[in-house]
Amino acid sequence: MATEGQQHPIKIYFLIWLLLFVLSFFSYLVDFYHLEGNLRWFLIVVFMLLKAGFIVAIFMHMKWERFALIFGILLPPLALIVLMFLMAIESDYAWSTRVTYMGEDPAPKPQPPVHHTKAGEDSEHK
Amino acid sequence: MTDSTITMQEGIFESTAKDWSSDITTFKGVPWGKAMMWIFLLSDTFIFTCFLIGYMVMRMTVTEPWPVASEVFALTVWGVSVPLLLIAIMTFILITSSGTMAMAVNMGYQRRRWAVFWLMLATALLGASFVGMQCFEWSKLIEEGVRPWTNPMGAPQFGSIFFMVTGFHGLHVSVGVVYLLIVAIRVVRGKYDHTNFEIVEITGLYWHFVDLVWVFIFAFFYLW
Repeated sequence: MATEGQQHPIKIYFLIWLLLFVLSFFSYLVDFYHLEGNLRWFLIVVFMLLKAGFIVAIFMHMKWERFALIFGILLPPLALIVLMFLMAIESDYAWSTRVTYMGEDPAPKPQPPVHHTKAGEDSEHK
Repeated sequence: MTDSTITMQEGIFESTAKDWSSDITTFKGVPWGKAMMWIFLLSDTFIFTCFLIGYMVMRMTVTEPWPVASEVFALTVWGVSVPLLLIAIMTFILITSSGTMAMAVNMGYQRRRWAVFWLMLATALLGASFVGMQCFEWSKLIEEGVRPWTNPMGAPQFGSIFFMVTGFHGLHVSVGVVYLLIVAIRVVRGKYDHTNFEIVEITGLYWHFVDLVWVFIFAFFYLW
């Protein structure tokens, strides 16, 4: 077996483990404090990408792989980003035609969730 | 490993072009099983991303109201409604399991079989508890009247995309638990003693990928 394993100091795993906890906690706080608008959008994406990056780079050892493998795995998903942009443009168009020609409400309000209010069930149940 | 250290100095594009065109093993120093696992995970990335893009299209085009996830997934603890509590716990459980898996991989390369076994068992148990919580979440939503075709809080698409995306992820976690248990038992029975224990790393790749997908589901589905 000509393979040399991905052997790295345990310290770095613990560091990344801790970082993932902290980042998850931060992204939970984004929701907890009801941040809205661009700030919410920005923070969610930043924390998400940091977490994803640490998992792929350290836990999945991508950081220490040769570029032949890194490119082989990480470049094809760029096609998905293109698809995402194409679909976003198309969705925007579909939405605007629904609002313009079908008279749909552009900002509808959702119903609150009905937590455990089945018919015939006592309300003190929850 | 000597040839890889020499070519590392050539610059990344030269070394990549050489590796791909040398008519020998492209992924040097990578066991074939690991290369195959990476390619499988790449294909899985396409599946999950297409689901999430489908979800994006629904969110952007829907003209019926979309339920507020932080209210839908709130749990009442001691009379206080905590938003997204269950989802947060599930996230932390999955991260913890990723950590134990990383430790297992490390122990594997140190050839400590029993340490690998216990760490992989812990990972599998954490994964199983994740699936259990997901079952609880599903039954709670079903009780509240959410179905793949209808949803009392607004857009019916919420139900279909929720059950499809979290269901597909939960299926991956469940399969991962079985996979972990099989490999853990085979490790401890000495099935891989003649190898470098790269099987633990391959299993780990799959498990970390499941965690990775959850990072995106958590951000787009529960927080957005």
